[in-house]
Parts: sequence; structure tokens; C-alpha cells
Amino acid sequence: MSALLGLRDVNARYGPVQALRGVSLEVPEGEIVAVLGANGAGKTTTLRAVSGTVRRTGTITFAGAPLRGGPESVAKAGIAHVPEGRGTFTELSVVENLRLGAYTRRERDLRGDIDRVSEWFPWIPERADQPAGTLSGGEQQMLALARALMARPRLLMLDEPSLGLAPMIVREIFRIVRELNERDGLTVLVVEQDARIALDTASTAYVLEVGKVAVEGPSAELRENESVRRSYLGY
Amino acid sequence: MADFMQQVVAGLASGSIYASLALALVLIHRATGVINFAQGEMATLSTYLAWTLTTNHGWSYWPAFVVTLLVSFFGGAAVHQGVVRPNEKGSLLRVVIVTIGLLLLINGAVTMIWSGEVRAVQSPFPTRTVEIGGVAISIQDIGTIGVVLGTMVLLWLLFQRTKVGLAMRAAAVNPAEARLVGVRVTWMLSLGWGLAAVLGAISGMLAAPSVFLDPNLMAAILIYAFAAAVLGGIDSPVGAIVGGLTLGVGLNLLGTYVDFVGADLRLPGALLVILVVLLVKPSGIFGKREVKRV
Repeated sequence: MSALLGLRDVNARYGPVQALRGVSLEVPEGEIVAVLGANGAGKTTTLRAVSGTVRRTGTITFAGAPLRGGPESVAKAGIAHVPEGRGTFTELSVVENLRLGAYTRRERDLRGDIDRVSEWFPWIPERADQPAGTLSGGEQQMLALARALMARPRLLMLDEPSLGLAPMIVREIFRIVRELNERDGLTVLVVEQDARIALDTASTAYVLEVGKVAVEGPSAELRENESVRRSYLGY
Repeated sequence: MADFMQQVVAGLASGSIYASLALALVLIHRATGVINFAQGEMATLSTYLAWTLTTNHGWSYWPAFVVTLLVSFFGGAAVHQGVVRPNEKGSLLRVVIVTIGLLLLINGAVTMIWSGEVRAVQSPFPTRTVEIGGVAISIQDIGTIGVVLGTMVLLWLLFQRTKVGLAMRAAAVNPAEARLVGVRVTWMLSLGWGLAAVLGAISGMLAAPSVFLDPNLMAAILIYAFAAAVLGGIDSPVGAIVGGLTLGVGLNLLGTYVDFVGADLRLPGALLVILVVLLVKPSGIFGKREVKRV
């Protein structure tokens, strides 16, 4: 069976800086795949190449068809991208953020969906009318995740969900991601600097180094491999 | 007292005209981050269209009004797509200069088509007055206030209660993020320019009956609208409305009760408001202070 998302030989650049050099990776349906690596290795760019927010060459296929166009078409195709540094509309209320998450869907009545995501984040209903900018960093990251779920995506892409958050909150977020995957079969592509928690969550991982895939394999293997751990993962 | 109330209502009527154009400026500033200097001229063009439909083609007022609003909407959106958007890639200054160019272009075109002659425009409202609690109030003032308030309510419903309104707000506050959730940001911005043109057209058509129509119809009103928008906070729609009404009433009362402030000093009064607000509280009454992180 072919993967839900596949990148083949993807290159991307920002002006003179080549950020991705022939990256190939696969995200099988129903799995969590992690992309690891140091700062500037091209992790974020990998996600941006998928969502069409950076110019790229190479082939990206999603659900058996080539993925083309800008972020609007990618969102419509069923990919929810939670960008680095939260991804909320800080001036809009919590519930408006959630409604925007469902923008690509046709349903007008979103109450059922809001209730559904509120099961994961029980604080949402009571703060529904608060501007997202008044939430704490952890809550904003959770709101960004909740908003992505409102789209009922086939693929969820998370960019550094741990960034700037307390370890307890990071564990909570990864627990929810894992449960979403186990319970609802949600496919996840997560980019993360915190290799330890990412490897604990993902089934497969890719380690990027200066825009190339340096190592890839099942998370368990990467975790056990001391030389990989020491040279790429830093623990 | 009766005279005072009369002046207040008259002030609210001119204030609502300022408010409408101020709201147009605010909409565009929120969406595109620039002041559209051509907003007034676009409104003048719309007003001439309405005038032509009623005077030369025998349309009655309200159908001409509605058709003008529709044409203005598509005109505004077209200006965004055709003129503003191609220049958005550069600096904001470039867009500002483009709008100034547009101002000159439209002004020239209007003068060429309709000549500089001053035209009388019929009012959709009777010029009679009605007595309310001993105060004689002109029906035209009430009608003007009513049309603008009605428009504001409709706009509020659009932005707060509809999916497209929410998408427009999202596109304005965070375009990159909006694209990620699937919002076609450019279309939303064009929609915003279209709505702004509609607001300008309303402002122009309501102003024309009392100040007559000529190619510079909106030149002064644009200054009042700037003052109103600055007073309320350039990014605050509520501020634009409150600012417009405050300015209208304030200038009218000053002109009536302070001897040396005649009609001639109204415009400098508005400029003074801009100056003082920018010096004392640049964010205006309702604006948020912009904090730039480095």
C-alpha cells in the first residue's frame, strides 16, 4: 500500500539558501512520523514544502494524487498545518479560531465539532469568547491543535509543538497527539527538536541534516542506536 | 436648548457621512496596511454615477443608489486586483503612492467626463422638518443618519455573524495563518476594498445633496474622515464611527457657538484634531498601541 503522503526528491530554497536538498520521505496512513534534526536542518521547510508556503521542486503526493498549489488548496485537500510558534489568530476569540479551522468544510453547524475537540481540551468552552492572544503559551498551542482538528484533516502536520513550553505541557500535547492517533487513526507528521519525546510518540523517524535525510528508520531502532543518538539527537 | 439639539442632530448627520468614509479608510488600513488616498475620489466617481443615472437616464433615486453601490463594490475590488495587488510585493510606500496616483487619475477623469461644473443633486429625503419634543429636525438629517447606521449594522452582522466575514477578519489580522486554514486571502482583501468603495459611495451620495456635486466633492470630507479615523484609532471600526460622529457634532457646535469659528475654520479644525491626536495619543481612542518586537 502506498503512503498517505510521499515526498520524492524535494528541493526548496529561500533566496540563495538551499534549505532542502533532495528530501524523500513517506508518511503511511494511520501512523505518526517524526522529522528530527538541529536548527536549520530543514525541518520546518519540509512542512512548508508540503503546505505550499515555500517554492519547491520534486514530487509530493497526497492520497495517491500529486499535491499542487498554494496553502489554500493543500488545506482543502485535507492537510492541517499547525505552524511553528503557535498558529492562532490572537485577535480573534477562541471559538472564532475554531470556526476558522473548519473553513474548508461545508457544514454550517459546527457545534458538534466544537464539542468533540473540547473533549480533548476541556478548558475551551468556558473561554470560548476570550481573544486567543490572552491565552497562555501552552493553551495557544493546544488551541492551534484544536483548530487543526476542526478541519477533520486526513493528515495533521505539527511544527515544533514543544517550542517554548514547559515539559509538563509538552508531555500533555504529545499524549493527546498519540491518543488521537490510536483512537481516531489520525495520521501525523511532526517536526520536533525534542528528539526524545518525538521518538517516544512516532513509529518512524527521519533525521535531517543540512537539508538532507541523514538517517531514517523505526523510532525504536533510532532510539537504541547509540551513534545515531549521539551524533544527531544529542542525548 | 432646542437650538442646541438641532445643531447636535445636524452634526450627527454630517458626522455619519464622515464616519462612513472613515470606516472605508479603516477597513482598507486593516486589510492592506495603507491609507487609501483615492478613497474620496472613488466616492466622487460613484456619486457622479448615481447623478447620471437619476438626471440623465431618469432613474428614481433608490434604484440608482443600489446600482451605484453594486458598481462601486466591483470597482473597488477591481482596483485592488488590478492596481494595488501588483504593487503589494514592494514596500507599503509604493502602494500609498499608487493610491495618490489613483486620486489624481480619477479626479482628472471625472473632470473630463462631467466637467468641473457644480451640480445640484436631489435628495431622497424631503427637506421638511419634523418636531420631536419641541425640536425641529430635518428629515434629511434623520434619513442620512438612518442610512449610515443601517449600513453599519449590516456590516457588523457581516463581520461578526458570517463565515465570509470571519474569513475577512482572519485575512486582515494574520494573512499567512489564514491561508493555512484555506482562506483565499487575496479574494478577501478584494472584498474588503469592494466594501470600502461601497461605504465611500454611500458617504458621497449622502453628502452631495447638501454640499452640491463637483469633482472635488470629497476632498474636504476625506480630511474629516481622516480626522475621524485618527481620532477613533486607525485600526478600529468602532473608533471610526465614534470618531466621525464626535467630529461632526463637535465641529458643528463650535461653528455655531464660538463666534470666530465660522464655516471657514471647520477644515483647519479637523486638521488640528489629526495633529493633536497624533501628538497626544497616536493610537486614537479605541486603537491598540502597536508594539513592535525586535
